[in-house]
Amino acid sequence: MTRFRGRRLAACAAILVAAVALAACGSKTGQNTSSGGAVADTSGDTVKVGLLNSLSGTMAISEVTVRDSLLLAIEEINAAGGVLGKKIAPVSEDGASDWPTFAEKAEKLIQQDKVAAVFGCWTSASRKAVKPVFEKNKSLLFYPVQYEGLEQSPYIFYTGATTNQQIVPALDYLKSQGKTTIYLVGSDYVFPRTANKIIKAYAAANGMKVLGEDYAPLGSTEFGTIVNKVKASKAAAVFNTLNGDSNVAFFKEYKSAGLTAASMPVVSVSIAEEEVKSIGTQYLDGQLTAWNYYQTTAGAANDKFVKAYKAKYGADKPTSDPMEAAYVAVYLWKAMVEKAGSFDVEKVKAAADGITFDAPEGKVTVDGATQHISKTARIGKVGSDGLITEVWNSGSPVKPDPYLKGYPWATGLS
Amino acid sequence: MIRSTFSSASLRVSAGFAAGAVLLFAVAPAALSDFRLGLLAKYLCIAMVAVGIGLAWGRGGLLTLGQGVFFGLGGYAMAMHLKLTDAGPGQLPDFMQLYGQLDELPAWWRPFASPYFALPAIVLLPMIVAFGLGSLVFRRRVRGAYFAILSQALAAAMAIFLIGQQGTTGGTNGLTDFEGFFGYDLDDPINQRMVYFIIAGTLLALLLLTRQLIRSRYGELLVAVRDSEERVRFLGYNPANVKLVAYVVAAGMAGLAGALFVPAVGIINPALIGIVPSIEFVIGVAVGGRATLLGPVLGAVAVAWAKTALSEQFPAAWTYLQGLLFIVVVAFLPGGLASLITLARRRFRRTSEESTAVGKPPSPAPAAAEEVAA
Repeated sequence: MTRFRGRRLAACAAILVAAVALAACGSKTGQNTSSGGAVADTSGDTVKVGLLNSLSGTMAISEVTVRDSLLLAIEEINAAGGVLGKKIAPVSEDGASDWPTFAEKAEKLIQQDKVAAVFGCWTSASRKAVKPVFEKNKSLLFYPVQYEGLEQSPYIFYTGATTNQQIVPALDYLKSQGKTTIYLVGSDYVFPRTANKIIKAYAAANGMKVLGEDYAPLGSTEFGTIVNKVKASKAAAVFNTLNGDSNVAFFKEYKSAGLTAASMPVVSVSIAEEEVKSIGTQYLDGQLTAWNYYQTTAGAANDKFVKAYKAKYGADKPTSDPMEAAYVAVYLWKAMVEKAGSFDVEKVKAAADGITFDAPEGKVTVDGATQHISKTARIGKVGSDGLITEVWNSGSPVKPDPYLKGYPWATGLS
Repeated sequence: MIRSTFSSASLRVSAGFAAGAVLLFAVAPAALSDFRLGLLAKYLCIAMVAVGIGLAWGRGGLLTLGQGVFFGLGGYAMAMHLKLTDAGPGQLPDFMQLYGQLDELPAWWRPFASPYFALPAIVLLPMIVAFGLGSLVFRRRVRGAYFAILSQALAAAMAIFLIGQQGTTGGTNGLTDFEGFFGYDLDDPINQRMVYFIIAGTLLALLLLTRQLIRSRYGELLVAVRDSEERVRFLGYNPANVKLVAYVVAAGMAGLAGALFVPAVGIINPALIGIVPSIEFVIGVAVGGRATLLGPVLGAVAVAWAKTALSEQFPAAWTYLQGLLFIVVVAFLPGGLASLITLARRRFRRTSEESTAVGKPPSPAPAAAEEVAA
C-alpha cells in the first residue's frame, strides 16, 4: 500500500516539476522572440476577409444587417473583378453578442484563416475585447459603427462616426434651435456614459443646462420613473443614448406621459431605420435622430446602394447608417490595397491617408493620422412612413477628431 | 485478493495520470497550433470549475448554479493585479482614465497591486465568500432548488454590480488588454504556451486533490450526506459542515480557474460570471457525468469544444445544434459521457474474461470505472 502511495506521489511530483520546467521556458518581457503578426494568405486566386458579427444573441438583430451589407459590397467588388485581380472570399464568424467570443473568433480569423482584414463588431465592448487581438497579431479591423471616441488603435479603421461627427453636431443643432435645457437618458454602459460626459462639457461651455442624467440597465424595460423625472424637469429637449429594446419601452412610456416631439423633442443617436421599424413609427413620429446617413439621403451613389440592397435582400429591408458604414469600409479597404499594390497590413496602412470614396452618404476621405474618415453630419426627423428625412446637415464632411482636440471645452475629457 | 485488486487500482490511477500528463504536456502542444492550444487552455480552465462542481454537486448533491461568482472573483482579482502592473506604480489603469473621472486609485483596488496579496486572494476570496454564504445557508438547512436559486441570484447580483460600476470595474467591457503576466509578455506565443502548461499542471493537481478527497473518509461522508442527510445527522455528524467543505473547495477551484482564464483568454467581464455562464458550467458537468472524477473534465472540454467547432462550421445555426446535443446526451446517456467509458469497459472485461487473459491492459479512464464500483 505505502509502496503505491509513494509511487503516486512521485508521479505527481514529476508532473509538477515538468510543468514548472516548461513554464520556465517562457521569455521575459523585452526579449520578444516572435517576428510578430500573422501573414495573410494571398497565394491563391482569392483573398480571404473575415466578417465578425453577432449572428446570435441580443445584438443579432442589428449586426446581421451589417453582415448582409458587407456581403453585398464583396459581391459587387467580385463582380467587378475583385481586388488586385483576386476575388474576395468572405469567412463569416458569429460573435454571439459575447465579448470573449468576439476575441476568440478574431484570433481564429487571423491565425487559422489568415484573412487579409476583418470587418465587424458593433458594441464598444466587443471592440475593446478584440482590440488587443488585432494589435498583437498586427492585423486590420474595420469598425463600422458610431462610437464614443477617445480611441485610436493603429490596427483599427473606424468608418462610423466619432463624437465630433455625430454628438457635437447634434448639440450644435439643438443650440441653433434655441433648446438650452436638456435631459440625458441612456443605457448603463460605456457609450452613453462617455457620450454624456462630452455633452456635459459642451453644455457648460455653450450656456446650455443639463437638468438631469439617468441610466437604465441594458435591456431594461421599466421607464416609468425616468419619464416622470424627464417630464417634471420641463427640459426643452431630451438627449437619448438608450440602446436596443429599452427604446421601445422608453418611447411608449414617453408617449403615454403626454410628451410629444413638438413639446419636448428627443434626439436619439442609436435609432436608425431598422430600429424605427421595431419600435413602431407611431411612437417616434417627428422625433429627431443624429447620424451621417439615411436611406433617404440624396445622391446617385445612395440610389445605387439602396436599389442593390433591396434587390438582394427584399424590398421591405431598410438601409441604415451602420450598414452604409460597413459597405463603405469594404470599398475603402479595396482602394487602400490597390493604392498600396499589396495586401500587406503595414503597406495598406501607409497607403490609407487621403483615400476617398463616393459613398452613399457622400464623399468620404480617410484621415491617415487617426484612421477615422471624414463624414457629413446629418440630423433627421422620423416620418410617419418609418423613414428618416434630413432636416439639417453640416454642409461638408467633418474631419474626424476622436479626442476632441480641436474643441477648447473638451480639454480634460480624455 | 482484496489487496491485489486494490493495488492494481492504484497502479491504474498512476497510469491514468501519467497518460493524462503525456497527452496534455507532449501530445497537445505538438499537435495543435498556437491558436488551438490557446483554446484548449480556455477549455481546461472551464474544466477546473467543472471538477469543483463535480465534487459539490456530483458527490455532495449541492446544485451550485452560481459558480460564475467564484470564477469572477478569482478572474477579477488576477485581472486587477495585471492591470495595475501594466499601468505601473502610481498610475491608473487605462480604462479608469477613460471612464472613471477619478483622481486616484480606489482604496479597494490598492492591495491588488501586490502579488503577495493578489495571488492568495485569487483562491481565498472565493473561498471566504463561499464560506460565509455556505455557513448561513447550510446551517438553516436550505437545500435543493432553494439552494440553486440562491446561488444563481448571487451570480446575477454580482454581474449587475460590476456593470454598474463602470469607472472602477470596466462595466460591460470588463477588464481586457493585458500586456504582461508577472513580467512575461503575453503577446509572445511562447509565453502563451507557458500559460497553457501552468493551466494543464494546475488541472492535474486539482484532479489529484479531488481524488484524494473523494477516497478519504470525508468523501464517504459527503456521499452519505447526499444520499441521506438525516441518517448522517442521526449518526452524530453535522451535515452542514460536510457540505460546507465541498462548497468552499469548489469555490476555490472556480477562483483559480477564473484567475488562469485571464492570461489565457485575455479578458474577464460580467458576461462570463452571470447566470448563463454559471449554468453552462453545470451543463458541461452534466454532459460529462457528474458523479465521476473525470466525467466533469471530459464534459466541460467536450461542450466547450463543441461550441467552438459548431460555431465555426455553422455560424448562423450552431446554437440549435448545441441544444440538440444536450438533449441527445441527457435523453440517451443520463450518466453522461463517462458512462460510455464504463459501458465500453464492461463489454471489454466480459470479452477478456472469456478469453481468460491475465494481464490487464491500461485503461483510458480508470477513475471513472472505479467510481461506479464504489
